[in-house]
Amino acid sequence: MVVPVAFFALFFAWPVVSIVERGLRVDGVWQFGRFGETLSRPEILDVLWFTLWQALASTGLTLLIALPGAYVFARFDFPGKGLLRAVVTVPFVMPTVMVGTAFLALVGRGGLLDELWGVRLDTTVWAILIAHVFFNYAVVVRTVGGLWAQLDPRQEEAARVLGASRWKAWRTVTLPALAPSVAAAALMVFLFTASSFAVVQILGGSTYSTLETEIYRQTVVRFDLTTAAVLTMVQFVAVGVVLAVHARIVRRRETALRMVAPEETARRPRGVGQWALFVAVLLSVALLIVLPLGVLVERSFATSHGYGLDYYRALRTPDPSGTFLVPLLDTIGNSLRYAVVATLIALVIGGLAAAALTRRAGRLVRGFDALLMLPLGVSAVTVGFGFLITLDEPPFDLRASWILVPLAQALVGVPFVVRTMLPVLRAVDERLREAAAVLGASPWRAWREVDLPLVRRALLIAAGFAFAVSLGEFGATVFIARPDSPTLPVAVARLLGRPGELNYGQAMALSTILMVVCAVSLLLLERLRTERTSGEF
Amino acid sequence: MSTTPVSIKKAAAAALVAALGVTTLAACGTDDAREAAGKSGAPAPKTVTLVSHDSFNASKEVLAEFTKQTGFTVKVLKSGDAGEAVNKEILTKGSPQGDVFFGVDNTLLSRALDNGIFVPYAAKGLDRIPEAYQLDKEQHRVTPIDSGDICVNYDKKYFADKKLAPPVTFDDLAKPAYRNLLVVENPERSSPGLGFLLGTAAKYGDEGWQDYWKKLKANGVKTVDSWELAYNQEFSGSAGGKQAKGDRPLVVSYASSPPVEVLYGEPQPKVAPTGVSTGTCFRQTEFAGLLNGAKNPEGGKALIDFLISKKFQEDMPLQMFVNPVAKDAALPELFTQHGVVVDTPETMAPEKIAEKRDPWIQQWSSLVLK
Repeated sequence: MVVPVAFFALFFAWPVVSIVERGLRVDGVWQFGRFGETLSRPEILDVLWFTLWQALASTGLTLLIALPGAYVFARFDFPGKGLLRAVVTVPFVMPTVMVGTAFLALVGRGGLLDELWGVRLDTTVWAILIAHVFFNYAVVVRTVGGLWAQLDPRQEEAARVLGASRWKAWRTVTLPALAPSVAAAALMVFLFTASSFAVVQILGGSTYSTLETEIYRQTVVRFDLTTAAVLTMVQFVAVGVVLAVHARIVRRRETALRMVAPEETARRPRGVGQWALFVAVLLSVALLIVLPLGVLVERSFATSHGYGLDYYRALRTPDPSGTFLVPLLDTIGNSLRYAVVATLIALVIGGLAAAALTRRAGRLVRGFDALLMLPLGVSAVTVGFGFLITLDEPPFDLRASWILVPLAQALVGVPFVVRTMLPVLRAVDERLREAAAVLGASPWRAWREVDLPLVRRALLIAAGFAFAVSLGEFGATVFIARPDSPTLPVAVARLLGRPGELNYGQAMALSTILMVVCAVSLLLLERLRTERTSGEF
Repeated sequence: MSTTPVSIKKAAAAALVAALGVTTLAACGTDDAREAAGKSGAPAPKTVTLVSHDSFNASKEVLAEFTKQTGFTVKVLKSGDAGEAVNKEILTKGSPQGDVFFGVDNTLLSRALDNGIFVPYAAKGLDRIPEAYQLDKEQHRVTPIDSGDICVNYDKKYFADKKLAPPVTFDDLAKPAYRNLLVVENPERSSPGLGFLLGTAAKYGDEGWQDYWKKLKANGVKTVDSWELAYNQEFSGSAGGKQAKGDRPLVVSYASSPPVEVLYGEPQPKVAPTGVSTGTCFRQTEFAGLLNGAKNPEGGKALIDFLISKKFQEDMPLQMFVNPVAKDAALPELFTQHGVVVDTPETMAPEKIAEKRDPWIQQWSSLVLK
């Protein structure tokens, strides 16, 4: 408990509080009057309203489209399942600039929809909502699907044998068991979409702005730290409310679950209904995720003289201007190294926090639970600027240190670790631990024999998330990555920032490589999971 | 929070770092650890840290030359886009991230100077830089390093196919012949967009620019948020724009964009596919300054001298696609062959930009976006 608390105090709370204080206290005088003034400005109210409703709409849409997907991934067995699960997670790591480009190619002027049906969505809010589904599909599939796959279907079958209808059995047995993880997934999607920055910047054009883009604008463009601080406080309160609501839902629904190995629950689809669902899910994945990614892949091969590997070949040679001091292929190694360190930090911190939260109850601990989620909802620019004015004294003048990259990445990874592990840890029947203790097992042995096998899967899912987040992280990385060791997304952004065919083509090629690296890493994690079955009881 | 005793912060941090140390040090290179150890041990730092925006680049050879001449190694810290980087320096005033800041341009200069982030230093070799660039010549808090022009670029093929002369001046852009052809960036979110707005304000005056933009709007100007989107997505003349089926043959970009299209053509074309409307330009000058509170002021001074040396100035064009300011620096062939000379760019005093920037952007938004 001490380590995660210290971690958050030092790398999150302190920087954020400092930067807010800087904005709200001018010449030693607190500017609380600015709250009313700022919050009564009509353009700020517009921003708040848009932030709220687009996040709710995005969350609803994502659940609507992704929950059937979670079911299919959890309960059906089909060839290529692992690969497909990795593919749906790829959007998560894609640099948003690239995704914006891909979406415009689909729904923008001259895009696929435009050519087929004359439909253009690039200046509408639909483009934002669909892109949010694209980015967050994996959150639902992985958090809900992960638990769903381990629920024992025999419980539901038992209910039906006892005379319950299919719907009633599902509602009374499966739904209560799933509810906490659905709520957790919905919450994460809500936090992501409410603090969505690049998607709104790119696809929303100049028409739409969210709280996050407004904080960025006030901080970076206008340098109005007071307004930014007021908005940050609003963001805090809003996130706090969401987290409080979530905590209530989860507490009410928490039950010990019977869990089995996912391999035992999955089977081939049977009957018209199941096949229809299966095909519908595959189709939605193809349209929403594979197609936009495919556009990027296609462009990475499209040279001015037909399809070819020219851009990939160019990645191995130094840039003609010498801008990138190393061949661009080296960026893959940089990205992987950062991501591994960030994942380890996130697993250590998140794992300790989750363990502490399972063992202890009480208001304070629950408050800490909520606190761990805050980084997901708080503006990156606030945290980044906060880092600058706090971590500036030796020996912790970390502002120029490489460690800041994985630290910042881990900050976003920890909530995933906690959220994916908590439902599973809490669902472990306490009697199993007690039984182990009665049979003479030490606490450590009990944990190893009871908790670990059950948690392994959640741990790997969590690691996958933390890894993916770190691999694709851009905001914090670009801020500190050294010029001689840029990460892959940073290199992509720099390439896109310059004219010329080679730059554009190399950006597409690097993005394609990023997709493949991410998919392969996730597949390896999946492999680890099945090496040893976890169905030991 | 600022009242927390430093020792407590450090103790907490130490405990944490100790806890993390095992995992992190095992996973990453030992170079960093060695470097960190060296930093706290040595009293006279041998490195000089240059803080800049993301677009900063210099070739390895040139940086090695600096080390050879002075004994200092340059460490570069990229700090976000230009505005973000300047704001960060203001926030960390007195405890800066480095010794020298490079990349504050005339649109942000007043903000930086008014906040006192620089200390005066008259660089050696200043006499080789024309006075027109020296916007702080009384106090020498900043030294001009490079300049570049923000101009409308055109798609040569489009205008050749249509047998239409490409536009040359601001006035031309509002003519019916160029209806629905121009894409610009939102000046609030993009520095070329801001440069273009300031160019029109310099050209038509504090009152007149609004009428000009009304005409542009009536003539079908399109606005997007970033240079990347405008250039790679909407502009028909760039490689990305062609793939994305961009349909705007006019875009706000830089006078140096055509040579870059040649450099990164695959294969390199004989002539640039794009051209520059030379009567639509706004001149940007970038400055460097010695940071207030620099840990290595001696190295910083040497670095500023080096930034205006012939060696560095001649390296810049192909690294950052800007023009040198030193009179004795020659342009690379790529620039002399494919670039254009902008004789009479629009300019504006930094104080005026500081004063008018926000209200103008606001007026622009309600005029063009609404």
